Amino acid sequence: MSVLVDDDTRVVVQGITGGEGKFHTRQMVEYGTNVVAGTSPGKGGQEMDGIPVYDTVEGAVEAEDADASVVFVPPAFAADALFEALDTSLDLVVAITEGIPAQDMSRVKRAEEETDTYLVGPNCPGVITPGESKLGILPGNIFSDGNVGLISRSGTLTYQVVDNLTERGLGQSTAIGIGGDPIIGTDFVDALSLFDEDPDTDAIVMCGEIGGEDEEEAAAFIDEHVSTPVVGFIAGRTAPPGKRMGHAGAIVSGSGTGTAQSKIDALSAAGVPVGDTPEEVADAVADLL
Amino acid sequence: MKLHEYQAKDVFADAGIPVPDSALATTVEEAVEAAGSIGYPVAVKAQVQVGGRGKAGGIELADDEDELREAADAILGMDLKGYRVDRVLIEEAVDFVNELYVGVTMDRGEGRPVAMASTRGGVNIEEVAAEDPDAIAREHVDPAFGMHPYQARKAVYDAGVPRDVARDVSSVLATLYDLWAEKDGADAEINPLMITGDGEVVAADAVFNVDDDALFRHPDLAEMEEEAAEDDLEAKANEYGFDYVRLEGNVGIIGNGAGLVMTTLDLVDHYGGAPANFLDIGGGAKAERVTNALDMVFSDPNVDAVVFNIFGGITRGDEVAEGINAALEAFDEIPKPVVVRLAGTNAAEGMEILNTDLVTVESTLEDAVKRAVSYAEEVDA
Repeated sequence: MSVLVDDDTRVVVQGITGGEGKFHTRQMVEYGTNVVAGTSPGKGGQEMDGIPVYDTVEGAVEAEDADASVVFVPPAFAADALFEALDTSLDLVVAITEGIPAQDMSRVKRAEEETDTYLVGPNCPGVITPGESKLGILPGNIFSDGNVGLISRSGTLTYQVVDNLTERGLGQSTAIGIGGDPIIGTDFVDALSLFDEDPDTDAIVMCGEIGGEDEEEAAAFIDEHVSTPVVGFIAGRTAPPGKRMGHAGAIVSGSGTGTAQSKIDALSAAGVPVGDTPEEVADAVADLL
Repeated sequence: MKLHEYQAKDVFADAGIPVPDSALATTVEEAVEAAGSIGYPVAVKAQVQVGGRGKAGGIELADDEDELREAADAILGMDLKGYRVDRVLIEEAVDFVNELYVGVTMDRGEGRPVAMASTRGGVNIEEVAAEDPDAIAREHVDPAFGMHPYQARKAVYDAGVPRDVARDVSSVLATLYDLWAEKDGADAEINPLMITGDGEVVAADAVFNVDDDALFRHPDLAEMEEEAAEDDLEAKANEYGFDYVRLEGNVGIIGNGAGLVMTTLDLVDHYGGAPANFLDIGGGAKAERVTNALDMVFSDPNVDAVVFNIFGGITRGDEVAEGINAALEAFDEIPKPVVVRLAGTNAAEGMEILNTDLVTVESTLEDAVKRAVSYAEEVDA
């Protein structure tokens, strides 16, 4: 078992004929993802490595029965691609694209709230259920099958933590990269409840970072609602206020909100052990299991 | 991207928001000429993008030419919180009876825009927000519809703005929202929005920050982007296309991916060192980017040792290793010790390729950081 994606997930790749789309479609297929279609406006009727390409998401869904999409469309056109995906009532939309304007995402988020679709991202590495399926750009070889659910705002930090887990023999049920932007679809709270309801996830790791108050909200939610044990990690303890640390969302405001310390305190108060290093995160998970 | 006050005021004035009469000056003589045509008294305002300019001595009032010469001479060329002042705005001094605040920003928690109004203008609004949140009236806007006129009125009435100017203030807030939405603002603020003795409403200061990710569709604003008034190293990073933040320590840090680089900084601190910078070289690090990144970190005089931490997803370890070798072989002597840790895609191949005469190789993040911290301590001692 897993959350969001598994062997049966039928994937359409939006932007399949672009450089990124093509490269990562091949990687996904190699990993075992069931990529059933791609879209690229104006290229309907063509094929990419034998995968049929459609002009519209609706066309791909009707012909190939896709239930999830991965979006590699460039930032200027990404919001449009996300509206199209949301209007097609897919179960899951994973937005990899980095650099979508915040006001575009505000409108996309507004549209997402009216649907039952899980939107993951944008600016994220994707979702993977080890051994079954991956939607996105995560390097499949570092993951292993197991019972730890992982939620993270950052790509390479996810890989680092997974590496530490895998090395200790702690496999993953599903890993969800929720993305480093200020406005995202699925947040910590959504992902925590998915994992908490999954009978095969026995521990959850959440990797947060400076900026916003999502980790604080997650801490309150864990305290009230989550029975699966959770281990935390927060990046950006040494970040100065007012400087954006790479991710658009990773910034401590001038008034001091969004600091690592406030997130660590909130998680600790909710009984969540917070590792000082990725290694300590793996240690804490091993202790819990 | 942050606009200067004078640029933001031009944008606001074009949209119909009243601003004081003003002119830009880069020399004392230009300032005198500007003040002559505006008429005394005038304010002399340093055009640098830092908060609290007034307290730091970057804003002075001048009643006549002598005072103006003195003020302009003092402010032009001064160092204001690390930024050199190379231009001042000479502005009609507004005779006000009241100072308000209006602003628009994205509430990231709600994922929606929020319009704000307060009667507590003229002071640091973030402090007001922290001490007395109820002093700021807030209206969240549905991005599908934009702000309805009633919402601007509601914010203004809720804030307790005097009734005789409420209509004009809500019209300024409505205009500010439309500007923010049209030009992909991140933050738009008028603080203070002054009310004169005659009941006129005037934007005495102007803040307009544009969403960097949306600059591609606003070429007019992109043109206003500063020619490197900031730190030289940050300008260099811009040129190379790196996400870079300079810090105070002596351990230089290069890595891929924002979260992992931040974590590397934190670990340097955790193991007793002090990070000198944040430098994210991004995905698919090719040899040229590796060379540029090393060049950046080596040119920071504070740096005593460097940790290079790459976790490859798309980025391939062997490519990074070749880039590091090539970059370092170009030196007769390696300027500062470099510790490299590669993981992920083709990491093993990369570790084998690395020239261990030039770099120290470590296999875990923790060990790499500890090693770099101890190198930096040795140099420092």
